[in-house]
Amino acid sequence: MTTRIDTAGARIGMWIFLYSEIILFGGLFVLYAVYFYDYPELFAKGGKELNRIIGSLNTVVLLVSSFTVAASIAAIQRGRKGQAMTFLAFSIFCGLVFVVNKYFEWGAKIRHDIYPNSATLQDGEPGLNIFFGLYYVITGLHGLHVIIGMALLTVSLVLVMRDRITASRYVVLENSGLYWHLVDLIWIFVFPLFYLVL
Amino acid sequence: MESIEEHRHITGYGQLAVILALLLALTGVTVAVSYIHLGFFNVPVALAIAALKASLVLLFFMHLRHEGPVIRYAFITAILFLAVMIGFTFWDVAFR
Repeated sequence: MTTRIDTAGARIGMWIFLYSEIILFGGLFVLYAVYFYDYPELFAKGGKELNRIIGSLNTVVLLVSSFTVAASIAAIQRGRKGQAMTFLAFSIFCGLVFVVNKYFEWGAKIRHDIYPNSATLQDGEPGLNIFFGLYYVITGLHGLHVIIGMALLTVSLVLVMRDRITASRYVVLENSGLYWHLVDLIWIFVFPLFYLVL
Repeated sequence: MESIEEHRHITGYGQLAVILALLLALTGVTVAVSYIHLGFFNVPVALAIAALKASLVLLFFMHLRHEGPVIRYAFITAILFLAVMIGFTFWDVAFR
């Protein structure tokens, strides 16, 4: 008796989960849109405090890692196990670079007394307080997704190594990849909204 | 145990690299545009570029082009729902 694995069904399930993620971040973007409408100048002032260089660097890191994840799927489809593992390891490394950058970025902000409930924000303009509140919630939730994505990619890497993910059966890798691309998609909107507001 | 992978499209490395190059170029464009004062149009331009980048990721990296109707139509529904959610909330706030 052979067991048929429903890969199409597994992918549909993953996509439905991703739609719920889109709506989750969509709700936060609604908050951003409404408060940006109320405090356009203060949001621009807050945006100038953020480090554009680190923001741009993290954008490049995530885009490159998305490419290597897509390439690892193309490699496993061709049965090139070694290449797929190299691409995956590099993607996980990119995720690590992103999180370390985020650590230094948040650290610098916190040293300047800019964090939720800090004296500077509490006694300052309400618009700036809201801007940095949204900044910490959205980039924090996104950072959590990066860490979960790295864990999923690590599981995929181990499964490829143990020949559990092969050219004929790679839906776990594909779904982990979809999650990683979603992390990239969300950052594509976070980057201009927070780092590049005028 | 046997898995029957239905006939799947294999994306070439070259095509993926082209998409990555486009995405990096568009990132450069967004950063450059943010230094030009367009008044009201800065935000719509930034969002349009972001939407274009997101489409490239969805269609090529996430293989949405080769997915069946279930995933495609469900995706369009999710985006429509998002548009209603953002649109109606904004409408309410703007004309309150």
